[in-house]
Amino acid sequence: MDFKLNDEQLMIQEMARKFAKSELEPYAAEWDEEAKFPRDAVMKMGELGMMGILMPKELGGAGLDMLSYALILEEISAGCASTGVTMSVQNSLFLGPILKYGTEEQKKKYIPDWAKGKKIGAFALSEADAGSDAANQRTTAVLDGDHYILNGSKNFITSGSVADGFIVFAMTDINKGHRGISAFIVENTFDGFQVGSIEKKLGIRGSPTTEIVLDGCKVPKENLMIGEGAGFKVAMGTLDSGRVGIATQALGIAKAAFEVAAQYANVRIAFGKPIGAFQGIQWKIADMATQIDAARMLVHRAAWLKDQGKPFSREGAMAKLFASEVSMNVTKEAIQVLGGYGYCKSHPVERFYRDAKITEIYEGTSEVQRIVIARDVMKQFS
Amino acid sequence: MNIIVTIKQVPDTNNITIDPETGTLNREGVPAIINPEDKNALEAALTLKEKHGAKVIVLSMGPPQAEKALREALAMGADEAILLSDRAFAGADTWATAYTLSCAVKKIKDYSLIIGGRQAIDGDTAQTGPQLSECLKIPQITYVQDVKVEGDTVLAKSVFGNVRRMVQAKMPALLTVTKEMNEPRYSTIRGIATAYREKKITVWNSKDVDAKPMRIGLPGSPTQVRKTFSPKHEREGKVFAGAPGQLANDLLGVLVDNNYV
Repeated sequence: MDFKLNDEQLMIQEMARKFAKSELEPYAAEWDEEAKFPRDAVMKMGELGMMGILMPKELGGAGLDMLSYALILEEISAGCASTGVTMSVQNSLFLGPILKYGTEEQKKKYIPDWAKGKKIGAFALSEADAGSDAANQRTTAVLDGDHYILNGSKNFITSGSVADGFIVFAMTDINKGHRGISAFIVENTFDGFQVGSIEKKLGIRGSPTTEIVLDGCKVPKENLMIGEGAGFKVAMGTLDSGRVGIATQALGIAKAAFEVAAQYANVRIAFGKPIGAFQGIQWKIADMATQIDAARMLVHRAAWLKDQGKPFSREGAMAKLFASEVSMNVTKEAIQVLGGYGYCKSHPVERFYRDAKITEIYEGTSEVQRIVIARDVMKQFS
Repeated sequence: MNIIVTIKQVPDTNNITIDPETGTLNREGVPAIINPEDKNALEAALTLKEKHGAKVIVLSMGPPQAEKALREALAMGADEAILLSDRAFAGADTWATAYTLSCAVKKIKDYSLIIGGRQAIDGDTAQTGPQLSECLKIPQITYVQDVKVEGDTVLAKSVFGNVRRMVQAKMPALLTVTKEMNEPRYSTIRGIATAYREKKITVWNSKDVDAKPMRIGLPGSPTQVRKTFSPKHEREGKVFAGAPGQLANDLLGVLVDNNYV
C-alpha cells in the first residue's frame, strides 16, 4: 500500500495547479458573471494535453492514465468549475467512448483534433423525459441508404452550443426498450443539426448547457458506434468513467472553498483574535479537511482501479456520491466561516456553493449513485 | 547547433524566511524550483530551437535532488540534461561554480551558445554567467532581453538601467537573460511523462569533467560568507501636509538634501 504520488504525478499536479492559478482562477468570477465560455483557456489546455489525457499519443493524446487525469482535473476544477466540467466531458464522455467502443476509422477521424482541444466534444443522452430514466429515449434513428436520419431533441447538453462533435443516443428500434438504443457520432455541421435554447443556470455558468434539436439530422452510417442496439451499453460504460470525473470536479470545488475558508479563519479577527482560534471554527475546518481527504481517497481508488483494468462501477459511484455531497457541505460551511463576506460576490465561496450543487445531479444523481451502489452490494450478499 | 542552458535549483524565496537568530534560511517545507530567470534562459533556447533547429542541453551543478529541476527542464522541451554532482563541489562560490561548469562545457565541446539567467534569487550575485564566459574565453552579452542568431553570430538586445544596446558577438558566446525576455512555457503533460519515462539525466562528478581539486568546492572558493542577516527597516516615512505648491517645494527640498536629484 502506498499513498504517495510519484515524482511524475507530482510534477503533473504542480503544472496543473500553476496553470489553474494563473490562467483560470483570476477570470473564473467574470466567466461566471457573464456566462462566458472560456474558449481561449480551453484551447491552451488542449495544447498542454489536458483535453485528451487518456488518449494514445499516436492519436495526439497525452497517453496517460486515469489517476493523472484526476490529479489534473482536481486542480482545474479548483481554478474554475465550469472549465472543469468542459474538460471532464471532453475526456470522459466524448473521447472516452470513441476510444473504448469506436472503430479504427472513428478513432482516427475523431480523436486527434479533440484530444488536442482544437475541437470540443459533448454527450447527448438526456431528454425532457429521460434523465435518470435514461432508457426512456424518444429520439429516433432510421436508416435511409448510407445515412441514419435522427429526429428528436436532447436536453441539458454540457458544451452544447460550443461543441463540434457529439455522442448522440437514439432509438433504432422503439419496441426494444433499452436494447433499442444506438449511439452515433454527430458533428454540428451535419444537415438537420441545431442548437436549441441555452439554459440559464445557478452555477457552472461558464459551461453552456443547451438543448440540441435533431430535425431530420443526416448521420453517415459509419458513425454508428458498435452496432444497432448497443447504445445503452455505450452510455453506461461511458458514465462509469464520467462519474469519476464529476467526483473529481466536486473534489476540486471543495478544495478551493476549503482553502479560502482556512486562510480567512487565520486572518479574520473577532473578539480580539483570529476566528480560527475559536473551537466553533476549528471544528468546521477539521470536518472539512477530513471530508475532503476521504473524498480524494475514494476518487483516487476508483481511478486506480480503472488504471488496473479492474471493475470500478461501484467505487466510481461511491466516489461521486460522497465527493459531491462533501462538495455541497464544504462550500456551505466555507460561506459560514466567511459570514457575510461569504454570501457576497466579492469572495469566491458563494460561486463555489452554486457550482457544487450540480455535481449531485449530473452524470447520475446522488439517488442513482445509491441505486448503483446498493445493487452491487446486495448482489454480493444474495 | 547545440545550445547549453545553465540552470540552478533554488529554494522558492517567495516562500522563505530567515531565522533572525542564526541568520540562515528556514528551508523546511520550502519548495525547490528552477531559478526563475534560468527558466527564461531555457525558454529563449527552446524558441531558438524552434526557429533554427538546435539541440538544447541543460546543465546544472547541485546535489542529487537537483535532478527534479533538470526533469522539469526536460519536460519543457530540453533534449538532454547533465547534472554535475559530487561532494567535492559543495561549498562552491560563484568562481568555483563557474570553473566547474566550464569543465563540463569543455567536455560537451560542441556548442554555439550558452544561455543562463541573469542571477539566481537565492544569491542575486549575477556573477556565475560572466565568470563562466571568462573561464571559457568566449564573448558574453549580459542582461539580454531579445536575441537573434544570424549565421555564426548572435545579435542581442542588452538592457541595463536606462541603457539599451544592440550587441553582436561571434559564436560560441554566452548570454545572460532577464525576466523581461519572455514568458516561460508550461510543460505539456506528454512532456512531463517523457521527461520521466524516456529521457535520461547524465551525472558527472569532478573526475568525469577533469576538474582540478583545488579549484572546486570550498577550497576553490575565494569568497567566504561571514554572516547573513535580514536588514532592519528602522527609517520611517514622513508625511507632508499643505498646499500643492508648498508640498512640491518641500518634497524637492528633501530630494536635494539627500542628493537624489
